[in-house]
Amino acid sequence: MASLIRIYAMVLRHIYLLRGSWPRVLELAYWPVMQMILWGFITQFFMDHSEWVAQAAGLLLAAVLLWDVLFRAQLGVTLPFFEELYSRNLGHLFVSPLRPWELIVSLLGISTVRTLIGVVPAALLAIPLYHYSVFTLGLPLIVFFTQLLVTGWALGLMISGLVLRFGLGAQSLAWVAIFALAPVSGIYYPIETLPNWLQPVALALPSAHVFEGMRAVMLGEGFHTGHFLAALVLNLVYMILGAALFMSVFRLARRRGLLLHSGE
Amino acid sequence: MAIQVADLTKRFGKAVAVDGISFSIAPGSATALLGPNGAGKTTTLAMLLGLMTPSSGNIRVLDTDMLRHRYQVLGRMNYASPYIDLPQRLTVRENLNVYGRLYGVRNLSRRIKRLAEDLDLERFMERAYREMSAGQRTRVALAKALLNAPEVLLLDEPTASLDPDTADRIRGLLEAYRARSGATILLASHNMPEVERLCDRVMMLRSGRIVDDGSPQGLTDRYGRRNLEEVFLDVARRV
Repeated sequence: MASLIRIYAMVLRHIYLLRGSWPRVLELAYWPVMQMILWGFITQFFMDHSEWVAQAAGLLLAAVLLWDVLFRAQLGVTLPFFEELYSRNLGHLFVSPLRPWELIVSLLGISTVRTLIGVVPAALLAIPLYHYSVFTLGLPLIVFFTQLLVTGWALGLMISGLVLRFGLGAQSLAWVAIFALAPVSGIYYPIETLPNWLQPVALALPSAHVFEGMRAVMLGEGFHTGHFLAALVLNLVYMILGAALFMSVFRLARRRGLLLHSGE
Repeated sequence: MAIQVADLTKRFGKAVAVDGISFSIAPGSATALLGPNGAGKTTTLAMLLGLMTPSSGNIRVLDTDMLRHRYQVLGRMNYASPYIDLPQRLTVRENLNVYGRLYGVRNLSRRIKRLAEDLDLERFMERAYREMSAGQRTRVALAKALLNAPEVLLLDEPTASLDPDTADRIRGLLEAYRARSGATILLASHNMPEVERLCDRVMMLRSGRIVDDGSPQGLTDRYGRRNLEEVFLDVARRV
């Protein structure tokens, strides 16, 4: 119970932050909406020029919305963590009874809130603008959303750990690291498009399985249990790695006194 | 004992920040760690709080092994320091609300109201922390440090950047808090009048070692000086 209250306190800290700044809330939704508008027009163009896209209206729109889930989930972990570094607040946090794992859980909670604020408006706007509702994916949408959320969390924890270790000079990782995954995640094209040697790399990523699974559902092939299970297992591995890296850097930070001197 | 430290050492590579210090602090006492910059005061406080792991040695606070079970006791301690900050964009009330929950404070609203009165923060409660002056921030940090009515209060330069009037009020508040609660206070300070007023014991640190230990008056007499500041200069400049 005491742990839940501390986790709630940390989520509340970031809710206060969002509540106190409407530009921040607007910014959360701005990029997903812009992406959706851009890819909506691209979809409209391809509907007339691409047989493959024409098979399933909204294939690209669903892909871009789900990609944003992954990206926002990762930013949702890293940016609130950076806030503690910007504020030089880690010292206060860790002389309180807050455990590192409670901080991690709170970051995952706030990441979920931020992701929903970012992606839901874009998904809703796609309905009147392009007559496409990602919600027609039904139950698989919940599966895809959850899987990508977890992948984003895992990456977010890894990046947060690295920034705690190397300082805010490494903070740009939060914006650039995920784009290394984009080409091999098969967001807009099937994994088989990739060269043979790169396909195993792609299939080692949960995101690639999610986007393959998404296309299977949208192209009428049904829910692909194999991709679902692969994503599930890989996500478990990545989350364990992310949390382990974060905790290991936290222990290193205590040895080196970084918690007292973290900040800009 | 409220605090027991044995052979505490902290090395950063080849540099030794704290060099095998041992001391005990009685419950309800107020002790100062005095020493020049780099003497190891902040590092010692950080290790006592679990913010930093020692290279070797043992720490017990309120009869709890801090190296193994610090979470059992952190809720009964607190800390204020100018070297760390609170979330900048949150208001004072929001900050205290968050920290009150982290420390599991009961009747939190009432506690915050009381501290706001005591620290003259009522006018600033809805103001963002980043918009406050250095002195006001120090008072907010103290409010945070007193939120959980700590049995052990560690303070790093508690009245730094305060004007004399506010600093005097804060010292009065700390004295009253100690008298009322029986809390143990350990503070690192460069402000000698503050140490003379608040503390009944002074540990002098230099190059990570305790080079002297006694009451403010006892040290002044032993060194044949007029006040603690002169004693400090003697210790700091000793080769």
